[in-house]
Amino acid sequence: MKTENELVLSKADKNKAAARLLEMYEQMFLLRSYEEKIYFLFLEGVMPGTIHQSQGQEACAVGMLFDLRKEDYMTSTHRPAGHCLAKGVSLDSMMAEMFAKSTGCCKGKGGAMHTGDISVGAIPAIAITAGGMPVAVGVGLSCKMRRTDNVVVCFFGDGASNEGAFHEAMNAAAIWKLPVVFVCENNFYGASTHIKLVTNIENIADRASAYGMPGEVVEGNDVELVNEAATRAIARARKGEGPTIIELKTYRRCGHSRNDACAYRDKVEEKEWYAKDPLIISKNRILEEKYATAEELEQIEKRVLQRIEDAVEYAKNSPDPKPEDALEHVYAV
Amino acid sequence: MAKMSIAEALREAIREEMRRDERVFCLGEDIDIPGGFGGAFTVTLGLSKEFGHERILDTPISEIMIAGAAVGAAMTGMIPIADVQYGDFLFCMMDQLADNAAKMTYMSGGTVSVPMVMRAPVGATTRGAQHAQSLESFFTHVPGLKIICPSTAYDAKGLLKTAIRDKNPVVVFEHKLLYGSKGNRAEKSALSPVGEVPEEEYLIPFGEGVIRREGTDITIVANLLMVYRAMEAAEILEKEGISVEVIDPRTLVPFDYELVLSSIKKTSRLMIVEEDTRRNGWGAEVAAQIAEDGLYYLDAPIIRVATYDVPIPFAPVMENFVVPSAARIAEAARKLMKA
Ligand SMILES: Cc1ncc(C[n+]2csc(CCOP(=O)(O)OP(=O)(O)O)c2C)c(N)n1
Ligand SMILES: [Mg+2]
Repeated sequence: MKTENELVLSKADKNKAAARLLEMYEQMFLLRSYEEKIYFLFLEGVMPGTIHQSQGQEACAVGMLFDLRKEDYMTSTHRPAGHCLAKGVSLDSMMAEMFAKSTGCCKGKGGAMHTGDISVGAIPAIAITAGGMPVAVGVGLSCKMRRTDNVVVCFFGDGASNEGAFHEAMNAAAIWKLPVVFVCENNFYGASTHIKLVTNIENIADRASAYGMPGEVVEGNDVELVNEAATRAIARARKGEGPTIIELKTYRRCGHSRNDACAYRDKVEEKEWYAKDPLIISKNRILEEKYATAEELEQIEKRVLQRIEDAVEYAKNSPDPKPEDALEHVYAV
Repeated sequence: MAKMSIAEALREAIREEMRRDERVFCLGEDIDIPGGFGGAFTVTLGLSKEFGHERILDTPISEIMIAGAAVGAAMTGMIPIADVQYGDFLFCMMDQLADNAAKMTYMSGGTVSVPMVMRAPVGATTRGAQHAQSLESFFTHVPGLKIICPSTAYDAKGLLKTAIRDKNPVVVFEHKLLYGSKGNRAEKSALSPVGEVPEEEYLIPFGEGVIRREGTDITIVANLLMVYRAMEAAEILEKEGISVEVIDPRTLVPFDYELVLSSIKKTSRLMIVEEDTRRNGWGAEVAAQIAEDGLYYLDAPIIRVATYDVPIPFAPVMENFVVPSAARIAEAARKLMKA
């Protein structure tokens, strides 16, 4: 039997959990809808370049970054949209960048693969596989040397874990006890190559022990589980106890890039993973726990979709850069 | 003769050489995963059907290993053709290429050879600064490397076959907008020239440029995509009464200075066009060498039209501005005629 007091407390806890999950769901829905909109616009031919999307991996970005402060940092990859939205890069500025407009978060200079905004701690994404990992070490070093308790979350893929840069970054972060949380989004493929073909061990996080740091394998499509792991690793990093590897098992619901039909993937595997959609997992939980009703969720979704439409309008109405703008920003002034 | 795209011609060269010599093998990321891309631009698509996955080796994403393993295999009896998805990632491999591949023969007093090929796609295609660079000049600077840059299907096959048979490390720069890759690897706004490629065996020696178009007023030396931009400019200029000779050097190291010299004896004006950024580019080297050997044939200063000295911007309006266009080449030619 619980005492009166405990019941009140647990109710408060429950309200808090409800509020958090609802907010995480809203963010995940934003990531998903943003990328679906981009996909549509890209196929229409209105967006230049290429796209690398992360539908299906929303729980990784949102769960990991949910409790970061604005002063904390994040490094990303060639697949940065989800990470950037979850770190707080403005939707309008990201959409405008996709349209190659001067109001984009990189003023039209970066493009999809370099999305970011340092003012909210989103280091402009680095599209060289594993190229962001040593940079995250430097960011962590700086957080430590400047005697802040800020941390850096460093995203990378399963494929990236076979780059030399991975090894150097891990080792240095470990010996210097840097506040870095290394997050491997293991979606089982590096482009068309299945992880089994290029890695002999089951879990990338098993490599953590080789560097003398903790490693954790987490169901990456459950945002609450991701968030719990993030909380542990971030607390450790903030206390100056050093880095952690968190490996999130997840799956792309989209191609590697552009209009890739994923002919290299096993269809049974696809089906199994498609059934584990992070948005559905969270939605079901919200409804089961009665955190919100289906109608309330619909309201949330409507609100998000409107924001995206507004962002598209903003981007379309924004000016193109001038050709000569290309000559600016080679050096800082 | 068969009509082929550059991607197909490169694939044919690899196929023929792998049939001819069992030491030849390919390694790289995603080069022939079943259901995959066949390399970033389809060059190696389907080769594993004939040669198996032991000779068409799909690697982890490990550029240092790919380049280094190519060096090690080449030194000890194999002939690797290594692949990088975008030329920009050559920087990840730089130590293996510049310190090991290029120097092993020399450091060993000529007792070792490194017969490897390193293939790399270059060119700006609205992907932003890390998937866009033309990197020829980083490599033309390194003694010990040979640098080739085929711009037609015929040259692609003949030069790649020569590269595979060369006893030295050869870096092959291929242009993304010239491949003619198909399906979902096709590039928007690609030129994708298709050309006649003989079925019978042929090799193209290094150091022999070709005249793509004859002319009498200005010599333009250009490589890869810029050959086509120069040809376009030449068309425009022809209507204005300016006759342009376009030379495609085809290989940058070694370089066919003789051909350029004989051309400027006729035209007495020289322009070099490169997609690489301008400062300290291969064009600067060509200009300096021609100034040393051919200054007295010239009636005007040598000029270069190159990508402005900035990283490649993403937005098409800016990318198109920094990379030389036919219009920019034509404008420079008009000025050169007045000089
Ligand atoms: C150094 C380098 N090599 C190769 C590539 C080409 N490339 C882009 S994404 C990618 C696959 C990366 O796989 P992974 O790390 O698992 O990330 P995911 O794409 O699954 O998010 C490759 C090979 C690159 N961008 N940089
Ligand atoms: Mg992956």
